Amino acid sequence: MHRLIDKYSRKMVSQKICAEGDPVFGVLDDATIWNSSADEIEILGRVMRGLSINSILFSPAAEPYSSIIDYLAEFSTDINGQIRPDDTETRTFLHNIPVVKTFTADEILSGLKKRKGVIIPGHGIVTYGTVSPEQAFVTFSSICFSTFVKFMADYYYHAMGIIPMKGNPEPVFKKAVQWYRDSLSSATNSPSIKAPFDSVEDVIQAIIEAGRLTVESGMVDSFFGNISVKYGNTIYISQTGSSLDELAGCIDPCPLDNSTTNAITASSEFSAHKSLYNLTERKSILHGHPKFSVIMSMLCDDIPCVNRGQCHIKCSRKRHIEDIPVVPGEIGAGPDSLSCTMPSAMKGRGVIVWGHGLFTAGAEDFTDAFKNLVDIENMCFEKYLSLVEK
Amino acid sequence: MDQKYGWTGRILKIDLSNKSYEIIKPESDIYKKYIGGRGLAGHYLRPFCHLTWDSPEMPLLFFTGPLTDTASPSSGMMSVVSISPLTGTVGHTYAGGNFGTELKRAGWDGIIITGISDNLCGINIHDTRVEFSGAESLQDKTVSAIFRSLPDEGGAAATGPAAENGVLFSSIGFTGDYSPGRCGLGLVMHAKAVKFIHVKGSGSTAVYNSEELVSARGDILRLVSASPALMGEPGFSEFGTGALYDLIHSRRMMPTDNFRSTRFQDAGILNAWHYKNKFNPVKAGCSGCHILCRKMSEDGRAVPEYETMSHFTALIGNSSIDIVMEANRICIEAGMDPISAASSIACYMEINNLIMVGADLIRLLTDIAYSKEDGNLLKLGSKKTAEILGRPEASISVKGLELPAYDPRGAYGLSLSFATSTHGGCHLQAYAVSHEILRKPAVTDRFTFTGKARIIKLAEDLNAVLDSLTVCRFIFIAATIEEYAKVFHAVTGSGLSGQELLMAGERIFYNERLINRIRGFSASDDDLPSRFFSESGSSGDGITIPPVPRDEFLDARARYYRIRGLDSEGRPVREKCIELGLECTD
Repeated sequence: MHRLIDKYSRKMVSQKICAEGDPVFGVLDDATIWNSSADEIEILGRVMRGLSINSILFSPAAEPYSSIIDYLAEFSTDINGQIRPDDTETRTFLHNIPVVKTFTADEILSGLKKRKGVIIPGHGIVTYGTVSPEQAFVTFSSICFSTFVKFMADYYYHAMGIIPMKGNPEPVFKKAVQWYRDSLSSATNSPSIKAPFDSVEDVIQAIIEAGRLTVESGMVDSFFGNISVKYGNTIYISQTGSSLDELAGCIDPCPLDNSTTNAITASSEFSAHKSLYNLTERKSILHGHPKFSVIMSMLCDDIPCVNRGQCHIKCSRKRHIEDIPVVPGEIGAGPDSLSCTMPSAMKGRGVIVWGHGLFTAGAEDFTDAFKNLVDIENMCFEKYLSLVEK
Repeated sequence: MDQKYGWTGRILKIDLSNKSYEIIKPESDIYKKYIGGRGLAGHYLRPFCHLTWDSPEMPLLFFTGPLTDTASPSSGMMSVVSISPLTGTVGHTYAGGNFGTELKRAGWDGIIITGISDNLCGINIHDTRVEFSGAESLQDKTVSAIFRSLPDEGGAAATGPAAENGVLFSSIGFTGDYSPGRCGLGLVMHAKAVKFIHVKGSGSTAVYNSEELVSARGDILRLVSASPALMGEPGFSEFGTGALYDLIHSRRMMPTDNFRSTRFQDAGILNAWHYKNKFNPVKAGCSGCHILCRKMSEDGRAVPEYETMSHFTALIGNSSIDIVMEANRICIEAGMDPISAASSIACYMEINNLIMVGADLIRLLTDIAYSKEDGNLLKLGSKKTAEILGRPEASISVKGLELPAYDPRGAYGLSLSFATSTHGGCHLQAYAVSHEILRKPAVTDRFTFTGKARIIKLAEDLNAVLDSLTVCRFIFIAATIEEYAKVFHAVTGSGLSGQELLMAGERIFYNERLINRIRGFSASDDDLPSRFFSESGSSGDGITIPPVPRDEFLDARARYYRIRGLDSEGRPVREKCIELGLECTD
């Protein structure tokens, strides 16, 4: 368990969602292991004893997340005291994020009895896992991601004079933009393993490298996304719940004819990848959730639209961000899934799925797919700034 | 809690000794503590649990849950509970199909059957009308023949020839070819001289807040759609649970040759894809479930579940899909558990150093059901068979219940859960397959016991809740108790949170440990067959399958006992009983 605590503490720091030394992890088997002697342990221990869980995580969020979370907690909660981001990841897995006023066991418990994570303004975020501290890390990371996206989307409508935000969001906005600009600057390396691939092992190594570079470039958070290569009549695809920067041993070979069912543990987007390969000559697919691609996909000035609130599955407009189509679609294989919309829209550099993320595809290896991912996200960032700074 | 919503507030108690019945109306506190399904059934079993399984007073319990017959996703299951003739432990199994839904529509949360009928009888329930009929003409009939003799409308449960012939792992068949196989509860039903129960309901279950239920249901359906295991192209919805066949084989944990190895050379031609191509199955499923994991072939036969696919191939060395289909049909028609049947055959083959294929296998399986030739021995299950033949180590069972189709050397949390399960070698009480193999809700290292004691305890509590809400555990590959707490509130109006429901699950599971303790079970029964601690599995493809480290297993079990609130011998303690609001028996 120490190994897992160390691993996810390091990931949180490298992902820039918290500062070194801040994460407080507790993992419980028959006794609790803590990675810290922080003052919060006593309260967290009481929270842990009040829940049927095996791990707990508390940390202040790093900037700009900290400021964003505190702003939203003060000005953007619903009547139940919850923050409700609209991105697909949150809609599907977190639903909403409770906010409690004080860092007390009772208040934290009241939030965590309903949801996987809770925000305590001025303090940070508490999350938990039932089988692994990884769940606590993922929920923490998801809260940071979804609150960032919500704030920036809300700010767009504020800046355009459509829906004003309460309080003074300007300092938070400026801080977030500067932080993101700084984090993009490190996106330099590109994949070195090129097609043609001579063996399955080459394919797997190319996937591992491209996944790792995607995370290192700051394009995506480590956990979010999936990646595949079509090699012969088999799709090699990352497993569900795998981290893009840790794909060794987490790639499933899935025959196009389903003659084995190994893809039962493959990414939830396997159907979308397969459909894309069947419709096009592409050989590689990269999918992540770069923040401004997601944010831009959610911005639409047609406020009275009958589909508002259901844009993620019902948007009927032919929308583009420059040359990049934006399509509706949910995760997975349901009737409203993105596997019904994204593949046929993949004509050029990539496709953004509303509130979800960006798909890019390459003709052979990951060279084009990776470059397009970076370029499209940069384009979306600049486009966003040009809109709100008009 | 208010029983106006979700529950009917009424339980039908039948005494077969005088063919009478009464209505029990439990207090709100009973529903709050035990929820429904497995929980309520365990509550009503407890006062009689010191009796033998065939005592007239021993109840056989059929219980629905508060979510049954509502729009709650995958909530059409039902629990059947009594004392197991096979293991002597509490016996629980859950049933799919429409019986539970019809029972609820008839206005009953459950049925408690006691006494013994003086003739072979059927029980006919039409709403609040309860009638008994003679069933002598149905003696020797197969399960489907019995169903054909009953009205088409409604749901039915019946026992087949296996129960009549004393097979200790007899099951109760349910309309739609659902065979809740485990623990031999079909024999309990037969001991009461009940051949069938037919139920038809015309009511509906009241829901506290329909709008809230629609919203909560939507949250769950989105999660299910995002699950590759459930709704993905190669998942349960397309291939049934047989979709697990390739995965378990690739993880080198497919029980082969009575668990003497963990990889079967012919698995590649026996996977779910071959069944789909050969039998062109259509989807079927339980009431109220959209996953539809049941598969029915064009000629009307049920396509086997994963357990049957694996145990009737790798475990016994059979490489014919047609033999698996026929074995599955025999088990359904005769009414017996395919896992125990195949394991007993595998045990018998090992002891006698036999290779048995084709017609010989089918003949032996049929002989078990009809108690002929060596089937007269094998009908006692692998544990008794191996003991009688002087090779007890050849029975791969825990507490006498044969292990399902996952080798414990390939997943250590699973191995611990086999040992701690209240009814023996069962993978469903903690369903460690979910995180150790299917990577949900998050992946755990399958080759370590670190952290697994608490994970298994929590999972046992969770699954006790699911069996009490009567929700299919497969949907929890995608959803969590967090989403189902919203459904529970929408249906019942109860303010219990997901975490509070888990505490009810802890009580329900502990009650079963109490029952087992009263029946004499302790730590020596919470153990695996010695083979797994001394022999390696089939390593290869970069995967090493060593023996389960005995010291680490015992250490994990000791930690589990502490976390569960048991003493060092695995026995319940007074303090924990008081904490959970359970009556303690010294």
